Parts: sequence; C-alpha cells; structure tokens
Amino acid sequence: MVFYELTDQSGAIRQCYAEIQRWIDEVGIDGLNIRLKEAETIFRRIGITFAVYGEGGDPERLIPFDLLPRVFSAAEWRALDRGIRQRARALNAFLYDVYHRGEIIRAGLIPAELVYQNRAFEPEMIGFDPPGRVYSHIVGIDIIRTGEGSFQVLEDNCRTPSGVSYMLENREIMQRMFPQLFASNRVAPVDSYPNDLLASLKEVAPAGAGNDPTVVVLTPGAFNSAYYEHSFLADLMGVELVEPMDLYVDDDKVWMKTTYGPERVDVIYRRIDDDFIDPLTFRPDSMLGIPGLFGAYRAGGVTLCSAPGAGIADDKAIYLFVPEMIRFYLSETPILQNVQTWRCALPDERAYVLDHLDQLVAKEVHGSGGYGMLIGPKSTRAQIAAYADRIRANPSDFIAQPTLELSTAPVLGQTGIVGRHVDFRPYCLVGKQMRLVPGGLTRVALTEGSLVVNSSQGGGVKDTWILDE
Amino acid sequence: MLSRTADNIFWMSRYIERAESTARLIQMGQRMAILPGPIHREEWRSVLRVSGSDSLVEEERSVDEADIVRLLLLDSNNPSSIRSCLLRARSNGRAVRTALTQDMWEALNDDWRRLETLDVAGARRNLAGLLDWVKTRASTFRGAVETGQLRNEGHDFLRIGGALERAEMTLRLLDVKYYVLLPETAVVGGVRDHYQWTSVLHALSAARAYHHVYGGADYSPWRIADLLVLNPQFPRSVSYCFGQIGWHLDRLGHAHGQRTAAHDTAATMLSDLRDRENGEIFEEGLHEFVQNALVVTNRLSREIAKAYHFD
Repeated sequence: MVFYELTDQSGAIRQCYAEIQRWIDEVGIDGLNIRLKEAETIFRRIGITFAVYGEGGDPERLIPFDLLPRVFSAAEWRALDRGIRQRARALNAFLYDVYHRGEIIRAGLIPAELVYQNRAFEPEMIGFDPPGRVYSHIVGIDIIRTGEGSFQVLEDNCRTPSGVSYMLENREIMQRMFPQLFASNRVAPVDSYPNDLLASLKEVAPAGAGNDPTVVVLTPGAFNSAYYEHSFLADLMGVELVEPMDLYVDDDKVWMKTTYGPERVDVIYRRIDDDFIDPLTFRPDSMLGIPGLFGAYRAGGVTLCSAPGAGIADDKAIYLFVPEMIRFYLSETPILQNVQTWRCALPDERAYVLDHLDQLVAKEVHGSGGYGMLIGPKSTRAQIAAYADRIRANPSDFIAQPTLELSTAPVLGQTGIVGRHVDFRPYCLVGKQMRLVPGGLTRVALTEGSLVVNSSQGGGVKDTWILDE
Repeated sequence: MLSRTADNIFWMSRYIERAESTARLIQMGQRMAILPGPIHREEWRSVLRVSGSDSLVEEERSVDEADIVRLLLLDSNNPSSIRSCLLRARSNGRAVRTALTQDMWEALNDDWRRLETLDVAGARRNLAGLLDWVKTRASTFRGAVETGQLRNEGHDFLRIGGALERAEMTLRLLDVKYYVLLPETAVVGGVRDHYQWTSVLHALSAARAYHHVYGGADYSPWRIADLLVLNPQFPRSVSYCFGQIGWHLDRLGHAHGQRTAAHDTAATMLSDLRDRENGEIFEEGLHEFVQNALVVTNRLSREIAKAYHFD
C-alpha cells in the first residue's frame, strides 16, 4: 500500500496539509493551472534551466515545477534532522579513517578491496589532513518515505550534490506568487542557506588565511548543465564565480586573475569532478584543470570543497555500510535506515538478484543521475535479459534493491489533484560546526506510476515545507 | 573583478549596442530606399558596407531588402547580424551571470530565441515590429543598468564598451554618405542628397535634436556632421561618447591608482574633438576623418583590454 501524503486511508486530509487543501478548494483546479503558467513564465525569465546531456532539443529547458508544496510536520523534521546530521558526521569520519589508519577495515566491518580497489578511492589523499578533518562539506542525502514515520536513505551525495538552487528558488516563487499562503501557514524559512554555506566554507580555510578568507565557486563554465546553480550560489554568497582559466598556482598558492592583477584564493567550492581539477595529478588529458592545484592543496595553500576522493563515501557499494559506520565511529544507533541492498559482487546475493531481476531495481555502483539503472517490474524480458548479461560480466559493478513503495504527494494535474511518487534531498553543511536548514529539494516523478525522479530523466520539483510548531 | 568578467561585460555591452545600431541602420536603409529613383540603387549596398558585410553579396549584384533581412537580421553565420549580436551579448552575459542584476539578465534572456525560427519572408512581413523589438531590448537593458547596477568597476567596463560601440556606429553611419554615390543626374545638395542626409539623422533619432540645436535651420551636411561628431550634448555624438569613455576610464584609473595608454588615447581624442571647428572636418574630408577616428576606436579597445588584463 503506497503512502499518500495528502490523505490517510479513510480519505481524510492529513493535519499538516489542512491549509493546502483549503487553498486548493478556494482557488480551484483551473485557477491553479493558470497560476502555474505564470510561475513557468517567471522561471524562464529568470533563466532557471537545466540542460539534459545527449537529448537534443531545447538546450536550456525548464525543470517542471509543481505548484503544490510538499509538507512535513515539525515532528517529522525533528527525526529527519537528527538522522541527517548523524549520517553526515559518520560519512566524514569514514573518509578520515580510510585515508588514514583504516580502522573500520581492520575491524573487519568493511572489506578492504571494496575501499582500496574502488575507482573513487584517491591514493593521493592518503595521510593528508584536510582543514577541520572535513572531506564532504555539503552532504546531500536522498531520502524516501515508505510510510507514516518511516524514512529510508536511498543514497548519499558527498561530492557536489546539486539542486539546492531549486530549493531556494521554488520557495522564492511560491512566496512571490502566494504571499497569503505563507501568512496562514508557519513555514520554516530556508533563505539562510547561502550565508550558512559561506560560513561553513570560511571555517575550513587553511590556517594561514587570516580572518576573512577569500572563497570562490569553481564552475566548468556556462555550458555545464548546473551552471545556473553555480552562478546563483556565487551570487547569493557574494563571491566570485571562477572558471579554471581564471585561476593559476604559483608557489603552492592559488591566484585568480583580476583587473587589478592576481588575487589570492583561500577556499574553492568546486563544482568540477576530481578528474578535472588538476591535470598534473589526475588526468593529463584534461583541458579543464588548474595545473598544480592539488599540490597547493596538499601544501595547505588552499582548501578544496569537497576534498578529492570524497566520492568513496557515496559509492553505492559503500552505501551498504553506512549504518555500520554510524555504530563504529559514533557509537550510536542509526536514526535513518538504509534500503535493503544486495551486492552482486557476492555470489549468493548475485544469484538472488539474477533470479529476481524482474522484481528489483538494479543500479550501477558508480552511476548517478538515474542513468544505467533497470527497474525490473517496468522492463521488458529482453531488457532484463540484457541487463543480466551485464551483471554477469562485471558483477561488482552492480547492486540491486527492492522496488520500493515510494510515498506519493499531491500534484496539480489538468483536471484534478493526483498522487505522484516523490523523494527528498536535504543539504547538510559541514564546517567547524554543522548546519542544516529546515527544508530540501523534493523531486517528483510527474508521469503516473513512474519511480524515477531525477531531473535528468524528466522529473520535476516542488517547494518543500517544514511547518513550525 | 575577474579579468574574464571585465572582458565579458565589455563585449556584452558592445554587442547590445551593435544589435541596436544595426537595427537603426536597416531602418535608415529602408527610408533611403523608398525614395523614387533609378533602378540601380546603391542604398542597400551602402548599408551592407557600413556593417562590414559587403563581401557577402557579389559586387555585380544589386542588394535588396531581402538580402539585408537575411544577412543583417537573421544570419547566424554573419557575426555582424542582429541575431549574432544578441546571441553573443546573451552568452557573454551568461558567462558572467553573477556580475549582472536580475533585471539586466532578464532583459538579455527574455524571448532570446525569437529570431531563430523566422525566415526572410516572415521577418519582412513584420520588419518594423522586429526592428523596434531589437531597439526595445537594448533600451530595457540600459534601463535595468540605470537603476539597478552597482556603480563598480563592472559598470565602468559596461559604459565604456557601450560608448565605444556607439561612437563607432555614428562614425560608420556618417560614412554611408561616402559610399552612396549620387546618380549622375543629381547634384550635391539636391533633393536626393538632402534626403539621404536626413535619413542619417533619423537613424540616430537625431532629427528633433537637430532642430533644437540649430534653431529650426535647414538641414545641411555641415550642421549634421557638427551634431553627430562635435556636439557634446547629443548622446550619440562622437564627442559625447568619448567624454563618457574618458569619464569612466578616469574612475577606473583612480580606483587602480594607475593611468594607462588607453587613458592617453581617450584624452587625446577628446581634446582633438573639442578643439576642432566643424569646417575643418569637411576640409580634411569627412571620409578621411571617419576612417582616422575608426582607427582610434579600434586601438582604444585593444588598449583597454591590455590595461585590465583581458587581452
């Protein structure tokens, strides 16, 4: 039985949606659809767009926006908040550990080859202490709901989780268009996020950076699909948005080229993958990187956020062990549960997966963005057979999970309110202290019955409300 | 400010101005071309020359309005076309999104694909509307700058780029008259000559200003050139534009604590314009004057880029 967030089993409106329902009744479906068109016009004028690689068509298309907010009660958020912070702490502790003594491996809790032979493991980071021992400064945790009080983590994003600009813009648009709605609901504000981000980034500046470190956002450029978000965040933090060509390294210090000549950079919030930050250390063929950047980082001349090699913590094969990490490093009981996961690398589990592929969701361990996954119940026999061949060829590249009963949230349709599957990504900031704004990005699979919420696969977004008590 | 940001702002501003100037140029061509006359019309050819697109239509062939709409409005392969200029202004703006205000960006972004789907016939049916739309885009952008942009370095680079481009277009428009050969039966100062001169004024929205400045005097090439080159009050005059360039360069110079070759070039040009009597331009030859001034604007553009590390 799918959990519908608007109504309970008897069809009664849940408490936290009471005001939303009143608003829907008042404005009417046609009225809401007219307002939706207005919202889309605003989005396009502002230029909030998202490019989808390899799909052709509109190079800067809009992410579909649903007008109805998704609502969490204060009590629901309290539990989520604790669970998210706990997880972010454990993931950073794990990263410190695997690049130092590897205690969790010595303790036999995680197989060594899963870490040290993982493509996401970065040998160059061994023995290095990043400022504050923080590796992942922005932890985006993808959470699904399967029942009243039951939330589960689908995956962690420890490198450069995107989408936070939608969290902020969705709220902005809703407040601009429906001020009265916010007057009748006490919605916790999210607009401190950019300040919190800047504060967190400044806290991890290298020791010699002085009282007011210079922070920049590093983007691959205007053709990157998330460029809008990069510029948006730089803008709201009041820092420079730089491209690799704007930076150079001299004497293990990083400089940006300005109209006044070179200016020192202390902290780089980079939205570029490890492979492309420094051709001297990582990929010699990369046209993107800044030669010598990694050397400057290791010499303490600059802080990179996130740290190179942070991806080992959000690898799908490692995901399985996050509850172990929480127990091992924090001596706490995990507040948020993992989704049951089978590792195809293990013969028994692989056999189970191959036998039940038509009922499972199978994923590539290193994939992201909803690419390269198989949703068993929605696939043809030929697709399943082809996927099974891929698993047999490279078993350790795959995991599988049960087809989950993701909760549905109310979505505005042409003729009425319909339920569509949703997930939720909050953004936990880690500096010297931890910061978490009450909110996050709700992604919604707009096609009836679909479980894929990724914006790169046609999913949409909603404003997400945490109600104050 | 990042040097790359300065570069993008400078060129964004130039491309917006260039798009508008090209729209004005086409309007001038239309006005000249409706005058009854012999079959061999040079007006559209001269428009093409002014925009630097002369080589796109073979010398032997006469140029008509459809050519102009195709090459100067819609052609994305011609870097001087309005479509190219608007696209480049937008992509310059997008590359430095954080240096623009929301309103400035919206002015660049609003309906930015409009010209993409048009063919020549479709564009000609609504040519006046399209050209007005281009001018409105530029005006909206400037309006957003006026009341929203911080008066920081970025503003200086934006104003300098705009003024430089505007000076250049005024110079080029003046030169149209050099290229439009009067038919042999017409005389200098005759009806056609007169009409062509007033078309230049109209293209620069200068007809009313002319009457105010010269107290209702008849149109004369001397006075028109005086207005468009030397008048320090008319905002499209070369003199006014260089005044603006000089003012903003001085602000940059103070902020950076340094004068550069660009400052000297701008100051020399400005004092040269201020000392000059109108008659001298015609004695020297208008075409020669224009060509020399264009060399200066090109050099100045390069010197600015060098001074602020974006060359």
